[in-house]
Amino acid sequence: MKQLSVNHLLGIKYLNQQDIDLIFETANHFKEVINRPIKKVPSLRDITIANLFFENSTRTKLSFELAEKRLSADVINFSSAQSSVKKGETLIDTVNNILSMKVDIIVMRHPNVGAGVFLSKHINAKIINAGDGAHEHPTQALLDSYSIKESLGTVRGKKVVIVGDILHSRVALSNIYALQLQGAEVMVCGPTTLIPKYITSLGVTVETNLKKALQWCDVANVLRVQHERMDIKYFPSIREYTQLFGINRELLNSIGKEIVIMHPGPINRGVEITSDVADSKQSIILNQVENGVAIRMAVIYLLAQQIKPA
Amino acid sequence: MAQKTLLNSKDIHIILHRLACQLLENHIDFSNTVLVGLQPRGTFLANRIAQILREEYQIKNLQLGQLDITFFRDDFRRRLAPLEASSTNINFTIEDKKVILVDDVLFSGRSIRSALTAIQSFGRPESVELLVLIDRRFSRHLPIQPNYKGRQVDVINSEKVKVIWQENDKKDAVYIINNN
Repeated sequence: MKQLSVNHLLGIKYLNQQDIDLIFETANHFKEVINRPIKKVPSLRDITIANLFFENSTRTKLSFELAEKRLSADVINFSSAQSSVKKGETLIDTVNNILSMKVDIIVMRHPNVGAGVFLSKHINAKIINAGDGAHEHPTQALLDSYSIKESLGTVRGKKVVIVGDILHSRVALSNIYALQLQGAEVMVCGPTTLIPKYITSLGVTVETNLKKALQWCDVANVLRVQHERMDIKYFPSIREYTQLFGINRELLNSIGKEIVIMHPGPINRGVEITSDVADSKQSIILNQVENGVAIRMAVIYLLAQQIKPA
Repeated sequence: MAQKTLLNSKDIHIILHRLACQLLENHIDFSNTVLVGLQPRGTFLANRIAQILREEYQIKNLQLGQLDITFFRDDFRRRLAPLEASSTNINFTIEDKKVILVDDVLFSGRSIRSALTAIQSFGRPESVELLVLIDRRFSRHLPIQPNYKGRQVDVINSEKVKVIWQENDKKDAVYIINNN
C-alpha cells in the first residue's frame, strides 16, 4: 500500500518520483469527484485546516479552500493584513495560538524563504507550503506537471520552456524540480537580468531568444512579470519586454508547430502573453485552475492519512 | 491454511442466472433501473449480471456503473494500511432512478453504508436495492440486509470468504479460508 515519503509538503525537492505518481493517481480520483453533481466527500470530517496567508493570493487561497471544503474539513482563514502580525507577534506565537484551537494541518504562504521548513521544526501539525518568497510553490508545480501529463500523455522526455521572470519566481524553481524528477528537459528564457546567475547548475539550459526557445519546446510555461518584487529596474520598459519576451499569435504561427501554452496566473494580458493566445485552444490555463483543486485535494488527503485519530 | 470450496463454476453459473431472473421479475425492462457495481470486487458480479440480462434476456440500454467508496469509508486513518482508491464510472444521473447496488460479499455492512452515502452524490434515487453473491450472516455491524442474494453462509470471524472470477483467476469459485 502506498503512502507519501514525507510528513509535510514543504517543497518539490523533498519529494521522489513515487510521491508524485501517488499524488497524480489520487488527483485523478478527485478530479472525477469534483465533476459529480455533488462535489464533496466526507473523508476529512474530523480534520481542521488553517490557511495562513502572510502574502496576498486570490487563486491559490480559493483553490486550497475549495479543496479543503470538498474533503469536508473545517477551515479557518487568516491573512496577515488583518491580523496581530501587524502588532508585532512572531510567526511561532501566531501559529501556536492557532494550533491551541486544535488545528491539524496548516497551509501557509509567507514572504520569507524557508518559513514552512522553520515552522515544521517547531510546530506539531502538517505543513503545506503555498509559496515561500521566491523559493518554492510545490502545489503549483504539481498541478502544472499534472496538466502537461493530461494534455500530452506523459511528462517524460517532453521539452518545457519557462519564459519570463525566473529570478523572482517560486513557480519556476518548483517547476524545474518537478519536471526534472519526471524526466522532462527544462529550458528557461527571459531577459538576462531576470535569470539567476547560477541557474545552469540545476541542469537547465538558458536561452535569451524567445523564438528559438519556442521552436525547441513542446510546452511553454509563461510567467508573470512580478513588478511587486522588483526593487530596481530589470528591463528598460514594459513595451520592450513585450516586444522581446511577449508571446503573440504571429510568433506562434512562425515556429511551424503547435505547442502547449501554460500560465500560472494572474495574467498581465498584453504584457507576457496576448489575449488571443491566452484564450486560444492551445492554451490550457483554465485546465490548470481546475486541476489545481484536484491536486490540492490529493495532497491534503494523503497528508491527512498520516494523522492519528483522536 | 485450510480452504474449502463453497461454490464451483457450475453453482455460480446457476446462481447468476437466478439473480438475473429475480431482477427481471421486479424491474421488467430496466427502463428506470440502473446497476451499480461496487469497486473493486463487486464490479465483476455487476458485469456478469449485466451480460446475462443483455445477451439472454435482450435488455437493451441497460445502464451499468462502477462506484468507488474509498472516500466515503468510516475507517479513514483508522486502519494500519492506507486505503487505495479505484475509479468511479457513473456516466448517467440516478435522479429518480431505481438503483441496484451490487457487491460480492456482504459482511459487516459498512461498505454498503458508505455506498449508500456515496451514491447520493449522483442524485436522489427513487429507491436503492442490494444484490450480493454471498451473504455472510455473522456478524453484521449495521442494520443492512440484501434484497437479492446468491448464497447465505454462516462463517466465524477468523474465516475468510474469497470470491474469484474468471476474468482474473481463470475460473469462477467461492472459497472459505480458515487462517488457523
